[in-house]
Formats: sequence, structure tokens, C-alpha cells
Amino acid sequence: MDSNSEKTGGRPVIPQGLSFDPSQFGKFMMRHGHTGFIGMQYHTHGDNWVELALPWREDLVGDPETGVLASGPIISLLDNATSMSVWALRGGFRPQVTLDLRVDYVRAATPGKTIIAWAECYQLKKSMAFVRGIAHDGDIADPVAHAAGIFIQVEADGWAREPGASA
Amino acid sequence: MIAATNALSERLPPYARSMGMRIDGMLDGSPLLAMDFADRAMGRPGFLHGGVIAGLLEIAAIMALHAELGEEDARIRIKPVNISVEYLRGGITVETFALGEVIRAGRRIANVRAEAWQADRTKPLASCWMNFLLKPKG
Repeated sequence: MDSNSEKTGGRPVIPQGLSFDPSQFGKFMMRHGHTGFIGMQYHTHGDNWVELALPWREDLVGDPETGVLASGPIISLLDNATSMSVWALRGGFRPQVTLDLRVDYVRAATPGKTIIAWAECYQLKKSMAFVRGIAHDGDIADPVAHAAGIFIQVEADGWAREPGASA
Repeated sequence: MIAATNALSERLPPYARSMGMRIDGMLDGSPLLAMDFADRAMGRPGFLHGGVIAGLLEIAAIMALHAELGEEDARIRIKPVNISVEYLRGGITVETFALGEVIRAGRRIANVRAEAWQADRTKPLASCWMNFLLKPKG
């Protein structure tokens, strides 16, 4: 962790304009903030896609009667996987924010099983990145959820801020 | 009213509790969901994670539906079918609120909308629509 991390509430400053290595970014991301809290893990990536995982955990359950994982952590997983797929295709990190995200829950996740999210950036434009993803629990041919979303590229200025700073 | 709020609080799932979500009374006939900021909710430095905002909207929508179903609620299982979230503003490191509104609760399908905001309700962070499948239990 570098010396600038104190300014960002313990999170290392993300270097901008550097070549993007999803595996390195993944390792860094999974130790901090929400991704660290829910226990997200980096799996693998390709030219325009990223695969992340979320092990089942009792405190992330949405239905105590069945033990099925809540959909919130699955959206977080798909949000991160789709977001990282843009940087994988771009070959570099650039600040972006989610414009919209739609998720279809095609079946309930199997209690106790790790959720895998595979996501790709299928169109990268000057200001918009179009993404889609699939969440499954072992067999991608039998998915749990499908996602489609759009990220907007934004200026670095104001993308991140000091946690706790006033509005 | 307090009894109703307490009964709904009992329905908050483990995920909502571990994220620090709570029901903070009723607003416009729906349970008002509140969540203090914590590092566990942070995405890019200084901002709420988009997945947390979506998760908060979903719980607000589900709680609004439980409230709307009333006595029927105990006999029905609610299954989320899909959600579409539009992100309007970045969420900063302060308390966040979310409120659901049941547009229609039919025999098999319920359509619910939800909105999340921070200090100013007229400046929402995000809004969503959700569809639910309603199935008799057992």
C-alpha cells in the first residue's frame, strides 16, 4: 500500500493512464470497500472479458428460509465484472460510472454454491461502454442471472473523492 | 404504526442486516429504508458502490411489497424476476434512504418502483423498477 492511501480512507490511489492488468486490479480491489466486505474474488480475464467469483456466505443470504443468496451481492459482482471488462478491452484504466444496469434473475442461486460472473464489453465507444454478463453457480449453460448495462466515461477530476469529505 | 414497522423489520434478510440497513418508520405508505455509510458500502474511493445502491433499492422494493400484501404476505413467496436500475448521481459517504412504491400487486405478478436519495429527497441517487413473481407458499 502506498503513502497516498491515507487520503483515500485506506484505499490505495488508483494509478491513471497506466496499462490495466485485471489480475492485479482484482487482487487490490478485493481487499477493500464493498468488494472486500462481500468477499469478491478475481478469477481470470481475456481481451474484452473478466470472470469474478463470490463464495456463498450466510450473512449475504436474502431468504433465510431457503438460504438463497440475496440479489444485492450478485448485482455488485456483475457491476464489478462488467466494469472491469471495459478496462480489459480498453487496455487501460479510465474513470467511468454506471449509467444503467438491468439484471434478469432466471433462477434462484443454489444455497452454499459460489457464484461466478462472466462479463464482456461488447461495444466500446468514445463516451459509452456497452456491457453484458452472466452469473452462474458452476455451469454457464444453466445461469442464475443475465445482466446488461452501460458505463459512461467521465473525467478523472471528481471521479474519486476523499471519504468523509462534505458535499 | 410502530407495530407494523417492527413486524417489517423482522423481515429484513441477513444481507440487509449485515449491510446495516434498517426500517426508519413509514413514508407515503411504504417502509422507509435507511443505511448509514460504512467502508463495507464503498466502491470507488469516497462513493457508494453501485451494487450497494441497487441492493438497497431492491430491499426497499421488497419491503414495500411485504407491506402492501398485508395479511396475505405470510402465505405468499416473493420471487424477484428482474430489476432495471438507472444511476442518476454518485452516492457520497453519508446516510442513504430508499423507498419502494407498489405500482400493481396482482395475483401472480407485482410491479414495484423504488428510489434512493441522501440529504435531499428531490435529488435521487438512483431509481429502479422491479418485477416480482408471487407464488403461494407450500
